Amino acid sequence: MIRFEHVTKRYPQRGNALRNLSFELAAGEMAFLTGHSGAGKSTLLRLIGLIERPSRGQVVVNGRNLGRLPARKIPLHRREVGMIFQDHRLLPDRTVFDNVALPLVAASYGHKELQRRVRAALDQVNLLGKERTLPITLSSGEQQRVGIARAVVARPPLVLADEPTGNLDPELSREIMGLFERLHRVGVTLLIASHDQALISDLPYRTLTLAGGALIKDTGTR
Amino acid sequence: MRTGRRSAHRRARVSPLRLPVIWLAHHLQVALGSLGHLLRNPLATGMTVAVIAVALALPAGLYALIRNLDLLSESWNQTATISLFLTMDTDLEQARALAAELEAHRQLDQVTLISPDQALSELGSYSGFGEAITQLEENPLPVVLTLQPTPDLWTPAALERLAEEAETRPQVDFARLDTQWVRRFQAILNLAQRGVMLLGGALALAVLLVVGNTIRLEIENRRNEIEIMELVGATPAFIRRPFLYTGGWYGLFGGLGAWVLVALALVLIQGPVSRLAALYHTQFPLTGLGPTASLTILGGSLCLGLLGSWLSVGRHLGAAQPH
Ligand SMILES: Nc1ncnc2c1ncn2[C@@H]1O[C@H](COP(=O)(O)OP(=O)(O)OP(=O)(O)O)[C@@H](O)[C@H]1O
Ligand SMILES: [Mg+2]
Repeated sequence: MIRFEHVTKRYPQRGNALRNLSFELAAGEMAFLTGHSGAGKSTLLRLIGLIERPSRGQVVVNGRNLGRLPARKIPLHRREVGMIFQDHRLLPDRTVFDNVALPLVAASYGHKELQRRVRAALDQVNLLGKERTLPITLSSGEQQRVGIARAVVARPPLVLADEPTGNLDPELSREIMGLFERLHRVGVTLLIASHDQALISDLPYRTLTLAGGALIKDTGTR
Repeated sequence: MRTGRRSAHRRARVSPLRLPVIWLAHHLQVALGSLGHLLRNPLATGMTVAVIAVALALPAGLYALIRNLDLLSESWNQTATISLFLTMDTDLEQARALAAELEAHRQLDQVTLISPDQALSELGSYSGFGEAITQLEENPLPVVLTLQPTPDLWTPAALERLAEEAETRPQVDFARLDTQWVRRFQAILNLAQRGVMLLGGALALAVLLVVGNTIRLEIENRRNEIEIMELVGATPAFIRRPFLYTGGWYGLFGGLGAWVLVALALVLIQGPVSRLAALYHTQFPLTGLGPTASLTILGGSLCLGLLGSWLSVGRHLGAAQPH
């Protein structure tokens, strides 16, 4: 599903955020990405979501070589990658329903299918009944669940999460992890960046550890 | 992967026949959405629309004014006359014969004969030299025939031809056409028309800038939303679309506003113009913009709005390409 081959990402004046990174993640696998702050976790996820392109090496996702993907195909690629952010990235002036519906709107889904899928996604994260509320009136955990519903509403085969539990207390964090495990069970590939060691070590999943932009540890598929 | 294949399958099942319907429905939805967005901010929208309306009303109003003056000068042409000054050795008898002959000319409505005596006494009473003129031993004035052309002969060139033709007769010394000043007036109008075109061009540019800047601010305000739409896979065209429609609405409403302003101005001016015309014992109903000019204003304004937003969107969007 994801293959990194000697990937280097260089930011002008900042040096290398990722150095000569190689790894593979199989379809249907669930893995954690960990490492200290500034290790390059977010950068790695941004390369997969094609928010950035690699400076050197190849990033292949779903059979596509992202370094060479023409600009006009970027939207299609992003529709197949659900992205979850630590700061949720919700639109404050739109209802929960409208926020979750965004990926379907972008992909021109018809009205009925859109209604059905948004409801299904909200049901998955236990937020049915909050469709008409605005995100600011929700708790941090609920907002993060809205973000997750938005990421999975178009049923992408791959879901990326960048510090999805960063602001949450341990109990809420475990609840979110439970959601990811449910996605994993229906065959979604997941890559979750987190420096919450306590949370990660509890769970029986593969963990990739970055330091200074290099892969220093890979527990392998467990 | 399994879910991916399933969803891909579902998407592909939409019948190709329904695609245009979906496309149209989407455009309609975006158009109405942009309209709703504008109407929810009536003050800001009203300001922008008003600026566009005033900018366009100025050249449109001047155009209407020139058009009316043009029509007026045409009607003056219709009342133009040709004066034939006969040679001094043509006597009254011969002049009457010539008048009768000319009367039969199909391009002439009426021929009036002014005898030297008539002319002299008129000159006396008009000029105030009455006393001096009676002292003259001999009347120095020739017989004059005033020709009134038929109304369908109102172009200056046709009148000129008629005058030249009359001048070829031996009894005629020279012919004078009373349209010189009308032609001068029309030349000035032509010049003014050019001026209005230039002004229109400059103000069209101003409208482009106003719409462009408004759209730029709108884009800045919605940066966050645009970025998120890009992240969830919206195409650049999809992201551009609402801004283009917004520009289109600005143009359309601005054009409508300009049209209303000009129509109002014409209504307000009609009263004084009618009173002025009455003083000259004529009527002069002002001509409105007419369907062609109205559609030109609306269509042109719509295009300006679209172009302005298109330029702005091209400059200020699409910066989110991956590096
Ligand atoms: N847009 C950018 N421009 C320049 N440098 C950047 C940019 N994004 C990241 N960097 C640099 O790249 C390195 C890796 O950053 P990255 O955000 O990937 O780390 P991270 O592991 O996600 O850290 P954190 O745990 O704090 O989120 C850092 O040194 C950072 O300063
Ligand atoms: Mg990060």
